[in-house]
Amino acid sequence: MGKDMRTVYTDTLIDIAKENEQICVLEADLMAATGTKTFKDVYPDRFFDVGVAEADMVGVASGLSAEGKIPFAASFGTFASRRTFDQFFLSANYAQLNVKLVGTDPGITAQFNGGTHMPFEDIGMMRLVPGLVIIEPADIVSCEALIRAAADYKGSMYIRLHRKGSNALYAEDQKFELGKGNVLVDGDDVTIIATGFIMVPEALKAAQILKEQGISAAVIDMHTIKPLDNKLVLDYAQKTGAIVTCENHQVAGGLGGAVAELLCEECPTPLGRIGSQDRFGQVGTLEFLIKEYEMTAEDIAKKAVSVIAKKR
Amino acid sequence: MNQEKKQDLQEKAREVRIETLKSIGHLGVGHVGGAMSIVEVLTYLYYAEMNVNPQEPRMNDRDRLVLSKGHAGPALYSILAMKGFFPKEWLLTLNQGGTNLPSHCDRNRTPGIDMTTGSLGQGLSAAVGIALATRLNKTDNRVFAIIGDGESQEGQNWEAAMSAAQFKLGRLIAFTDYNKMQIDGMTEDIMDLAALENKWESFGWHAQRIDGHDFEALAEAVKRAKEETDRPSMIVLDTIKGKGCSFAENKLGSHNMPVSADDLKEALAALGEGEN
Ligand SMILES: Cc1ncc(C[n+]2csc(CCOP(=O)(O)OP(=O)(O)O)c2C)c(N)n1
Ligand SMILES: [Mg+2]
Repeated sequence: MGKDMRTVYTDTLIDIAKENEQICVLEADLMAATGTKTFKDVYPDRFFDVGVAEADMVGVASGLSAEGKIPFAASFGTFASRRTFDQFFLSANYAQLNVKLVGTDPGITAQFNGGTHMPFEDIGMMRLVPGLVIIEPADIVSCEALIRAAADYKGSMYIRLHRKGSNALYAEDQKFELGKGNVLVDGDDVTIIATGFIMVPEALKAAQILKEQGISAAVIDMHTIKPLDNKLVLDYAQKTGAIVTCENHQVAGGLGGAVAELLCEECPTPLGRIGSQDRFGQVGTLEFLIKEYEMTAEDIAKKAVSVIAKKR
Repeated sequence: MNQEKKQDLQEKAREVRIETLKSIGHLGVGHVGGAMSIVEVLTYLYYAEMNVNPQEPRMNDRDRLVLSKGHAGPALYSILAMKGFFPKEWLLTLNQGGTNLPSHCDRNRTPGIDMTTGSLGQGLSAAVGIALATRLNKTDNRVFAIIGDGESQEGQNWEAAMSAAQFKLGRLIAFTDYNKMQIDGMTEDIMDLAALENKWESFGWHAQRIDGHDFEALAEAVKRAKEETDRPSMIVLDTIKGKGCSFAENKLGSHNMPVSADDLKEALAALGEGEN
């Protein structure tokens, strides 16, 4: 078993912080959840736990950034986004500072914490912040590479971080670039564009199901949701003539929204979107929730077939 | 409070702990610590103080409770079930897909829950709004609220504190579950709340501090709070996180913990489950 996603996050920051003295880590009473205690142990001076006070955390992070520090500040995705939106919007982004805001437990992975803790809207909110870069790593290899890229990138970012569990989709030496999606499987009949730890593996499974039905599906890991890799999306829209987006988030405002906006303006293409359909979250196991919100590989394959049928 | 009443409440509190541990234990994980620390205050409110009606959960002139530290919902669910707001069998559906008892309080799912909570720091403002509305409606009820000590670090509490004082909400009585612990450590080490009762007083509240597991102290403090007619009251409860649960009491790790079948058995035995 590989490392947990959260361990990759923390270990990567510990490693970067060796060379880069500006790296700081902030928490709002969820260090135990994010797993950043090991960072605190190694760099106690560069670790700040502000208590249950997310808005304060992002304000403090903005101040640190104003003095050249590179703060990584985390909370559950609901609170990282909804409870700090104005602080993040204004103190971090409008002020053109360099705050890496991390929202953990994306979408249905909030499980037993339920509807109050289940972020289906954070990507949508963050997409409205001008110029903000938004990423969601799908496995431990991309997680490490993208955290390194985030530390190097000069500007604020929203990082949607899966916390518990490990999965390696990529070879160790795979290259990642912010804003450039990765084609995991090539195909001709339909393109599945997915993001995140839950949905990219489901998309890969869906491609297998489709293959058994004689349908050739391409799968793209869109680890950067903003800026969207427009060229890749348009190339595959032209090549396959049908697109399905998959996100552990509302279909409105997130990856599906971004792809829909692009296609509509540049290359109208039949599109289906997998994700929560304008619903709130609720409690349950991952197995229950992924079925409840129709986000399984089977749901994706079904959606692909229906989108292909709309091709002219 | 006479001895009989006190023993009665203690017995109810024991039952609440047993039911709560059974429901969390059935799932195998949950917020044990913060549920156990408020068992006495909840028991006192629902068995000695509040005017509520299980047959009519939304009765107009009922007393309201906002459990702002919504993760302690399971303790409140046990009391609501014991009082007959819904069948006790529901307790074993805690947190399962489709349940009416989600980990955090939900006014639309659970009969007897007055406010939806779970994002810490929001409940006290809602309690202020409820108190304002009941004043407009001229119903004679009180509004109770319970916030956590870690939760008290959210700035919104202090905004609500000012509103409640400004609006002279004498019928609002709030409690702080001062169990000295939050997720990442002792509140003192993470973000200290020292002189908590003085903070509330300086925000214009009537403030008291008592042993939150002592029914006589609770009765006395609530009586004093009710004498205040034009300022809100805060009762800071010195409590123990995980109180009364053998594997959780006074443990930092009790916040959201796995509960094995053996843990459960041991804790229930220590609480004398099955005895009267
Ligand atoms: C706004 C918000 N931030 C973070 C959380 C996650 N969280 C749940 S409980 C908790 C600690 C609360 O500490 P305290 O109020 O002392 O709770 P208690 O000890 O009573 O369980 C945190 C950080 C949350 N539910 N809401
Ligand atoms: Mg506490």
